[in-house]
Amino acid sequence: MRLERRAHVPLGLAAIAPLAAIAAAMVLAAGLIAMAGVSPLTAYGEMLRGAFGSRLSVTETLTRATPLILTGLAAAVAFRSRLWNIGGEGQFYVGALVTAWAGHFLLAGLPPVIGMALLMAGGMAAGAALLAGPAFLRLRFGVDEVVTTLLLNFVVILFVGLMIEGPLRDPLAFGWPQSVPVDGALRLPDLVPRSRLHVGFVVAIAAAGVVWLILARTVFGAEARAAGFNARAAAFAGVSLPRTIMGVALLSGALAGLAGAIEVMGVTGNVTTTLSPGFGYSGIVVAMLAALHPAGVVAAALFVATIFVGADGMARATGVPSFIADVIMAMSLLTMLVALLFTTYRIRR
Amino acid sequence: MMEAFDILTTASLWAAVLRIATPLIFGVLGALLCERAGVLNLGIEGIMTMGAMVGWLTVFLGADLWTGLAVAALSGALMGLLHAFLTVPLALSQHVSGLGITLFASSLSYYLYRLIVEVGDLPPTIAPFRPLAIPFLSDIPFLGPVLFAQTAPTYLALAAVAVLAYVLNRTPVGLAIRMTGENPHAVEAQGLDPIAIRIGAVVAGSALMAVGGAFLTMAAFNSFFPQMVQGRGWICIALVVFASWRPGKALLGALLFAFFDAYQLRLQNVVEDVPYQLFLMAPYLLSILALILVARRAQVPEALMAPYRRGER
Repeated sequence: MRLERRAHVPLGLAAIAPLAAIAAAMVLAAGLIAMAGVSPLTAYGEMLRGAFGSRLSVTETLTRATPLILTGLAAAVAFRSRLWNIGGEGQFYVGALVTAWAGHFLLAGLPPVIGMALLMAGGMAAGAALLAGPAFLRLRFGVDEVVTTLLLNFVVILFVGLMIEGPLRDPLAFGWPQSVPVDGALRLPDLVPRSRLHVGFVVAIAAAGVVWLILARTVFGAEARAAGFNARAAAFAGVSLPRTIMGVALLSGALAGLAGAIEVMGVTGNVTTTLSPGFGYSGIVVAMLAALHPAGVVAAALFVATIFVGADGMARATGVPSFIADVIMAMSLLTMLVALLFTTYRIRR
Repeated sequence: MMEAFDILTTASLWAAVLRIATPLIFGVLGALLCERAGVLNLGIEGIMTMGAMVGWLTVFLGADLWTGLAVAALSGALMGLLHAFLTVPLALSQHVSGLGITLFASSLSYYLYRLIVEVGDLPPTIAPFRPLAIPFLSDIPFLGPVLFAQTAPTYLALAAVAVLAYVLNRTPVGLAIRMTGENPHAVEAQGLDPIAIRIGAVVAGSALMAVGGAFLTMAAFNSFFPQMVQGRGWICIALVVFASWRPGKALLGALLFAFFDAYQLRLQNVVEDVPYQLFLMAPYLLSILALILVARRAQVPEALMAPYRRGER
């Protein structure tokens, strides 16, 4: 018996793989839920109710999915070209921080549409700049970007703390460490009245479309793909590897930065050090569940958001610790990895 | 300014250096062992979290400290076995599997902790490892309190450096491990099984990482709380590169890093008007700087991250 690489991945199999992975993770997590003395069926029922049970919970789930779509795209774009950007969390925060700063001091008073567009552009530029550093270090000195992007996450969080206790501190927050707020006119309008769901959700979906277009329909997209598939062959075919990798890094960092900008403009209005419950890291899971495909990223982000929002409801109703959401997410990443094995290989006797 | 210099002459600074270095020494040795056999183990951050939780919990539930340390090592070994299974026989992406293990091990630790332990306003505590003053030696001025009044796991960490250096460089097992990381086909040609060697190295390395994590809850602090590993695992991955995959240099790297960490902590009290976050950033930035300095000269194991499939070139 041996494994043989498939020449072509059947579409049906590619669609079933993430579903099978998620199902397997849910079955495994059922054991942990049972340990809490709660029937897994009851718990999963409560989870569904928490995520979709009311108009409010549906909008919460979509609100939660918004940054996940963008950080998922960021990871997918990078991983496709074998650029291991694990710094989505840091890029999210610099995007958020620049947005709060520019939205308070720089762009307040501008016509809203122009101001919002500039804020998003600023967040993207900040995220891109943060990943450009590690990408440069890899290309110039051969420094592994996994470690540098991971370490920068910690540096950025500390920097955010520094700024919101210093120059960007909100003087009206009674000593609570939070940044100055984005000008009210530059906040993203609500998509559904009396909910937190904002226009950013539409922007995130549009971003997925744009990323798909770039990857599938442009020369840059083809080069980025080639760089990930076989770097040496790509270089031989005349693809400038440094330029391609740097382009991928800028795109990936920009997407994660945009996530931070939109979260501030759409949900919180300001930055704290607890703005992100791990959106950057969850983005990696989203990207893997999507098999690195932009359309899949939207679906996978909805799944992860469902688990997280649903788990909060489940924790309130049953007392099962809401950390179960992180466990399910991590397990579905591992089971997805195994599922991908079956889509790329077949067993031959 | 003089005060900043005076700190350097206090024994308490240098004793803290060894204490802070201990979890890093275990972690960096564990990561080094995995990588010398050809497997990158990014599960380290989660495995250290798991070790911290499991070791603490074992003692909290009534076992003694050494049993706690052993159970922590076992939990790390199990996580290592999972990583090894995914990356060695299944040859899946070492990057993604490692990150998955980190997410899995840490979230599972938080979940189980919340499930078993009633958490009030303050996290519950255990009686941790106490400093073990070695008779006579600990009475030597300055050197005594620095070197000979540490907790037992710190001595264990220093011994582990020597043992790992000896095993890797002077024994047939070590030769087989190093060869598996350089050229697994040559190992196969010798009649050895590179797959078994890689699995063994990852399991043993992960056990070491978990002991490093356990030091945090069982000696450095006396309770467990989320995010307590604070990127120490990632720093260990950087230190392995800094150390050119050699145990002796790994010890040096861990001590150097711990020195900066201990020094910045004390400097915070002396230097005013500088935000404390700048001091806390220094260790992470230094790790990146160290990577840049050595990257060009790094002697990476030839087959690191290259999956081995039997009969395939």
